[in-house]
Parts: sequence; structure tokens; C-alpha cells
Amino acid sequence: MAIQIELFLQTLIAGILLGGLYALIGIGMTLIMGVMKIINLAHGELMMVAMYIAFWLFSLLHIDPYISVLVAAPALFFLGIALQKFLINPVLRVESILPENQVILTVGIGMVLANLATIFFSSNYRSTPVAYATQAFYLTDFWKDAPIELSLSMAWSLSFLIAVAITILLWFFLTRTDTGKSIRATAQDLDAALLMGVNVRRMRVVTFGIGCALVGAAGCLFLPIYYLFPALGGQFTLIAFVITILGGLGSTNGAIIGGVILGIFESMTATYLGMGWAPVGRFLIFVAALVFLPGGVASLLQSRKLGK
Amino acid sequence: MKKGLSLIILLILLAALPLIGLSSYMMHIVVLVIIYSMIGMAWNLLGGYCGQVSFGHAAYFGVGAYTAGIIYSKLGVTAWWGLPFSVVVVTALSLIIGFICLRLRGPYFALGTLAMGEVLRVTAENLVKFTGGDVGIMIRERTWVGKTWYYYIILLLAIGTYLLIKKVIESKFGYYFVSIREDQDAAESMGIDTTTYKTVALCLSGAITGIAGAFYTNYMGYIDPKIVFSLHDISIVTIMVVMVGGVATYSGPTIGAIIMVFLAELIRSNPSLGAAHQTLFGILLIFIIIFLPNGIVGDFPKLAKIFKIGRVSS
Repeated sequence: MAIQIELFLQTLIAGILLGGLYALIGIGMTLIMGVMKIINLAHGELMMVAMYIAFWLFSLLHIDPYISVLVAAPALFFLGIALQKFLINPVLRVESILPENQVILTVGIGMVLANLATIFFSSNYRSTPVAYATQAFYLTDFWKDAPIELSLSMAWSLSFLIAVAITILLWFFLTRTDTGKSIRATAQDLDAALLMGVNVRRMRVVTFGIGCALVGAAGCLFLPIYYLFPALGGQFTLIAFVITILGGLGSTNGAIIGGVILGIFESMTATYLGMGWAPVGRFLIFVAALVFLPGGVASLLQSRKLGK
Repeated sequence: MKKGLSLIILLILLAALPLIGLSSYMMHIVVLVIIYSMIGMAWNLLGGYCGQVSFGHAAYFGVGAYTAGIIYSKLGVTAWWGLPFSVVVVTALSLIIGFICLRLRGPYFALGTLAMGEVLRVTAENLVKFTGGDVGIMIRERTWVGKTWYYYIILLLAIGTYLLIKKVIESKFGYYFVSIREDQDAAESMGIDTTTYKTVALCLSGAITGIAGAFYTNYMGYIDPKIVFSLHDISIVTIMVVMVGGVATYSGPTIGAIIMVFLAELIRSNPSLGAAHQTLFGILLIFIIIFLPNGIVGDFPKLAKIFKIGRVSS
């Protein structure tokens, strides 16, 4: 029985830690979706690019992946701005039958990024062997005669804490600064924001950049605890999308909760059903969210507020 | 009258194609072109006319292929039974996918279908007892050694698809589909039951893709989840076939399939470019979306104009 509880709690902790990182990926996508009304299907590929930046900084200059957040996130910010300015904005102006052209365009960008990474860096699996990757905290270190034993990996907890710190910083940015407020205004109502004197076009560019920078930061945080290969983007794009649906489209708070729910659910399926089924679990949660909670967690938060 | 005559000539040419003695490799490419143009036509019905962009046509293709494969490996009958059976199975699957995904609009629908395709791939990989997992299913006895009969069968299927889609689009269904694409809310307020018609389009599109998948099993003789549920090689290539050829045109998917399959073979057979084929496809996709958003057939007047101007200045 004790072992059962131990396993459950351990899985729960792993899920929450994973969820914190997922939330960061999800927020990036939900921000872009809220302001631009498009889905960035190259999201995971952009994360892959950031991971390669961090990987090469580590293996060539021995810079810790956590420090390379400071390099990779700005790099991705400018990459995002360039993509938005030179590829996505022109398409918004083009007349065509299908309005989903921008989405298909991001697929094209993702394909190019993933394939270029394969050509230049080969499709080998890589990882950064940081010294603290094998260290962990144990419950018995703090509480001598604890009935159960739980462990907390050093790298996982560090990644989680940095992810939380970035999320808090982003929250301050969105609620306390002028640019942040303009972004939220644009997401809420584009025309009204335009009438209020918000430079909507610039906000779009900035938002795309911030979304890319967030996923870039998440990539650096994933690097010490995960492995890296060029085709990894697709699965993270899907994860980001599931989180966005789960959290409610365009809702930042929803994305955080959605990320944690998905993280817990995924680590539960991995423990109790087997690793291979984790993507199916991800999808089940997606379907359940669509069928039973189409507005996502955000709609729950909202109805609670209105109820009061 | 003139149009009918040229159509008959085209049909005779197509029927006579195996007689001119193309190499086995060329016939294989021609069969691939027809398979992709069939999936492209199916996608075009849902994406081009009804406006529901699907990123998950590999789901229908793969389930069709696996229906044929499982009928062969578990029931021991010939995999050709997969063609009629796949219609039933894939239509049922389309109803389920439609129930879930058609709640979503636009890009959300696109990603929902993408997730469906990926999940079916993972399921096929993990249900080892049923599908053989990553080992795949091998059809041990081939019906014909040569490709001629395969060519005629897929040609008939594709012509049937073409006529069916033309018939549907020219009926009142077609008008309903286009009105849903143009403005779903307006269509609904005009009294069109948008969910029903979207489901009809999805089921038709899925069933046609499923038949193509079942044919693929018979033709190639080997399937595994990574091939038939491939996101890049099936779902995205299907979209590219339609985007390059022309969205919401009758002949667009066929022209797109000819260009895409030959281009893919050219790039892959070139040793220095082979590894970069996805980059080139991606760049082509970006180029098409920015400069020819309605495809070669849809933007033909634009193309003709550019080339005429080019000729005058030179």
C-alpha cells in the first residue's frame, strides 16, 4: 500500500514539474493565437531551434543550458519577428479562397526548420550531460523517519522554478506595462484597440516575437532533462495546441492550468499504462475538453467570477 | 460538344498509356500520381469546397489501408475485400472524427484533425496484436506481377471519384458546401444545417481517401504505421497537392499530384538534394501561398498574364 501511494505521489510530482514547463510552451502559443487569431504550427520547431542554440552553446563554449535562456530567448524573439514581418504579414494581405493559408504557411516554415536541422546537425539524438542532472533531493534528507520515500530531481526542479519565474515576469509584463496592456487589448478586441490608438500592427509583430521567445526559453529548460533531435518539434506543437484548447483559446491563466493538468495526466498514463500510450492520453484529454468543456478552463474561471 | 470530344480523347489516351511500353518504374510513378490525385480530390471536397482544412487525411488513408491489411492477415481473405470494407469502416471513423472535430472552426479544426491522425498512428503502433505494430502487415501473394492491372483499377477509381465529386459539387450540396466555406454563420441563418452538411463532406472525403488507402495496401503489398499514417508524406503532401494544383477546382488536384509526385521523385533521386526534399517542399509551399494562393489552375489567368507580359518585354 505504501508503495502504491509512493508511486502515485512520485508520479504526481513528476506531472506537476512537467506541467510547469508545458505551461510555458502553451502560453507562447495562446498569446499568438489571441492576438493574431492564427495557430502557429511551427511552434515546436521553433523550440527545437532554441534547443540547438543551447546545445551548441553548451558543447562548444560550455555554457549551462539555463544561462543560455538569456541567449536563445532573444534570438528566438528576433527570429519570430523576422518570420512575422517577411512571411506571415504578406500572406495576411493576399486574397485567397482559403482563410487558413497562414496556418498552412506555418507548416511550411516548420518543415523547412526541421529539415534544415536534420541536414546541418544530423538526426542523432543529443543531450547535454550537465553535472547536476543526476543529483536529486530526497524526502528522507529533510524528514528522517518519513513513511514513504520521494525524490525530486535537481534538474527538473531547477527547470520548473525558472519556468515559474518566467511566467511571473510575463504576468507583470502583460498587466503592468503599456506594451503588455496593448497586447491584451488587441487580443480582446482588435477594432476597439485600433480606435484607442494601439499600434495593432506592431503589437502583432511583438506578440509573435514574445510567443517565440517563450517557447525558446522552454526549449532551453527542457534540454537538461530531455534529449534533442530534429523531428521533436511536431510533438511539442501538438502539446501546445492541446494545452491551448484545454485552457481556453487565448487565455493565459487557462494555459497555465491546462499545462499542469496535461503534465499530470501524461505522467499518470506513462506510469500506469506505459510510455507508448502517453500521446493517446494527451489526445483523450483533448477530446474530453472539446466535448465536455468547449470553452476550456478559462470558461470555468469566468463563470465562477460571474457567479459571484 | 468540343469539350466532350477532348474528354473522350483524354480517356482513350489514359487507357492506352500502359500499351506504349513505359518502364515498370514509370508505371509506378503514374500509379502514385493517380493515388495522390484521388486523395487530393477527396481533400479538395472537404477543404476546397466546404472550407474545412484537414491536416489529418492520413487518418482515413491509414485506416483504409489497415482495413485491407487486417482483413488479409486476420480473416485470411484477399485484401481486395478491403476496398468495399474500408468504405464502411472509414465512414464510421469519419462520423466519430466529425462529431469531435467539427465543433471546431477554421485553424482549430485543422489542428484537431492533425491530432486525430497522429493518435491513430500511435494506436496502430501500440496495438501490436491487431495491427502487428511497427512490424507492419505484408501481403505475401501479389495478385499481379506487372503494374498494368493496378493502373486500370486505380484509374477507374479515380475517374469514379472525379465524376462523383463533380456530381456532388454541381448539386445543391455543392452550393451548401461553398456557402459554409464563405460564411458559416450566414449559411446557418439561411437555414442550412451546417453540421450535417459538413459531416456529409467529411464522410465522403474520408471514404474516398479510405478506398485509396485500401488500394495502396494491395498495390504496395506492405504497410506499417509510419508509412500510411505519415503526417508529412500523406497529410501534408495531400494539402500541397491541392494547394499547388488549385483549391476548389476540378482538375487542380490532378495537376498538383503530377507536379508533386514527379518533383518528389526528381529531388529524391538526386543524391545531393535528396536529404533536403522537405526543405524544398516547404519553400515551394511558402512560395505558392504567397504568390499563387489559389494554385496553378485557380490563378491561371494571373500566370498567363505574367508570361504574356514577359513575352512582350523580351
